[in-house]
Amino acid sequence: MSVVKIENLLFRWSAQSRACLDIPALEVRAGEHIFLYGPSGSGKSTLLGLLGGVLVPEQGTLALLDHQLTAMSSAARDRLRADHIGFLFQQFNLIPYLSVLDNVLLSCRFSSRRRERAIASGNTLHEEAQRLLDHLDIAAELQHRPVTQLSVGQQQRVAAARALIGRPEIVIADEPTSALDAERQTAFLDLLSRECITAGATLLFVSHDRRLSAGFDREIALPAINRALTEKEAA
Amino acid sequence: MKYLLALAARSAWNRKLTLGLTLMSIALSVALLLGVERVRQDAQESFAQSVSGTDLVVGARTSPVQLMLYAVFHIGEATNNIHWKTYQDLAAQPAVAWSIPISLGDSHHGFPVLGTTPDYFEHFHYGEAQPLAFTQGQPFAGLFDAVLGAEAAEHLGYKLGDRITLSHGMGDIGLAEHADKPFTVVGILARTGTPVDRTVHVSLEAIEAIHLDWQGGAKIPGITIPAEYAGKFNLTPREVTAVLVGLKSRAAVFRMQRYVNDYSMEPLLAVLPGVALDQLWQVVGVAERALLAVSGMVVAVGLCGLIAVILASLNERRRELAILRSVGARPRDVFLLLSAEGLFITLCGTLLGMILLTASSAMLAPFIQSHYGLLIEPKFISADELGLLGIVMGVSLLASLAPGYGAYRLSLADGLTPRI
Ligand SMILES: Nc1ncnc2c1ncn2[C@@H]1O[C@H](COP(=O)(O)OP(=O)(O)OP(=O)(O)O)[C@@H](O)[C@H]1O
Ligand SMILES: [Mg+2]
Repeated sequence: MSVVKIENLLFRWSAQSRACLDIPALEVRAGEHIFLYGPSGSGKSTLLGLLGGVLVPEQGTLALLDHQLTAMSSAARDRLRADHIGFLFQQFNLIPYLSVLDNVLLSCRFSSRRRERAIASGNTLHEEAQRLLDHLDIAAELQHRPVTQLSVGQQQRVAAARALIGRPEIVIADEPTSALDAERQTAFLDLLSRECITAGATLLFVSHDRRLSAGFDREIALPAINRALTEKEAA
Repeated sequence: MKYLLALAARSAWNRKLTLGLTLMSIALSVALLLGVERVRQDAQESFAQSVSGTDLVVGARTSPVQLMLYAVFHIGEATNNIHWKTYQDLAAQPAVAWSIPISLGDSHHGFPVLGTTPDYFEHFHYGEAQPLAFTQGQPFAGLFDAVLGAEAAEHLGYKLGDRITLSHGMGDIGLAEHADKPFTVVGILARTGTPVDRTVHVSLEAIEAIHLDWQGGAKIPGITIPAEYAGKFNLTPREVTAVLVGLKSRAAVFRMQRYVNDYSMEPLLAVLPGVALDQLWQVVGVAERALLAVSGMVVAVGLCGLIAVILASLNERRRELAILRSVGARPRDVFLLLSAEGLFITLCGTLLGMILLTASSAMLAPFIQSHYGLLIEPKFISADELGLLGIVMGVSLLASLAPGYGAYRLSLADGLTPRI
């Protein structure tokens, strides 16, 4: 089964502007750990927005876990995202007025599927969140602090727990390590891919820093598959 | 849905200082609005109850409002009086159960003096058909006896047995005194919250007696009739200012009114006090309505402040909205989250305002009762006030849609990666 399948996808931000993404084909298979890279402005985040069903392509097809996103209503796409994708961003991933635990559990609030899968192991929701936080090296005493008092690295690990809880099929990380120092970057990456393997999730990791690509199953250079960029250079 | 509301509450709590201040401003403005409305209601009610049980007020022909002003409120002066003979004619009509002649024109330290008969204390009713009550003393019996309204007595510090002199004409300064014929305070009335409180009551004969040696508003030079001889003169009044009439049956009121208005001996006017009071309120009520409009505007300002605060927070919350979107929140969830905040704050503000008002009116009620004669009933909320609050909530609901819509647009444009 392919987790992501793109054919002849075309996207622009507005009708007047030039194409931002023009991708003839892209396929990601279940369980793969993909490293997607490209320079700043090459459309990485835009592509993730399309995969999340928040943006809609102008042309082409875009399938996620065999669901045709282009044929779905926006509410159905929101639902699909809630049920099957865990997102992780560059920084400020946490909601400041929620506790660590509530931030982790946020994924389960908007998806009953994630909630059911989280308690399938026999744990309660809280126990499951705690288990993930333990795995991600967030000590128990940190869990009761306001999230604003956590370091950036700790915040990213809490966000990772939120992305992983309820075992979504896909974990999408948009430069989650760029605010960390080199040593912590690799540590975080190791932790994330290990947890994705445990959860059986496909990992789509986005970065503009190719040095991080070690350990991934496959590297995809966005400029190589995005015709919009090659045209721009040609022009 | 339930979680979204909980989330909205948590988020609001996180900004409790700014939102708390706006909540406070809404609470105060709502308390002001309700307070003004309540005072307005009570004032109108007590105004409408200045006289009750009287079926007709009769005076020389003038406008109904004018007649009410001097006959009931003792404000201004009658241009013409009614002849005593006319009064006797009216009083003798078969439909008439009782009639109280009143005579105005003199004053005591700015308080109007009312000449009347002892019937006044029996038949004059106010409020919901409440009779006048004495806190001290009794109705006047002797020629130079006076009965004081509660406010007049309190303001001037009089007690039973005190001697007072009347001044010729209305007003406070530069009036000629009826100094040669002092009166004795024999009774003090209980507070009514009506013009009675400000009135000095004496007998019609006394009014006649103090004017024996007067003519055309001035003392006749060279003639002085001492008080002790006044009783020897014929003190039947020649004129009265107005008559309060009670009928045997209310059904006769229009027939009697027509009789008075068509009276052939002199031009008269009979008004139904309820109707005339309503007309009068249309005039004086303008100020109260303006006050209500101003306090309505204060509430609008409070709501604008609230919406401004929420809209201002929107930019700081783009990150938060994007996170919620990423975990599956729909754009309409975001809309609800932001709209709920405004509505929630207004709801709390309104409740707090009601509590503030109830508490403060409970504390101030005795003061207002004793100083203004206004009885503030310790009610929590009336149907009219509920209507006002309904409008407040409706407007706040509409206003709250603005930040909701802003957030909705923002989260659609930002997607998952807001540019800040
Ligand atoms: N909300 C938006 N509205 C209009 N244009 C946008 C928007 N977001 C991105 N773009 C444009 O789309 C192009 C791709 O942006 P995108 O954020 O996807 O790049 P990126 O590869 O993620 O870059 P970075 O590594 O800096 O995050 C850019 O030219 C950008 O200006
Ligand atoms: Mg990006």
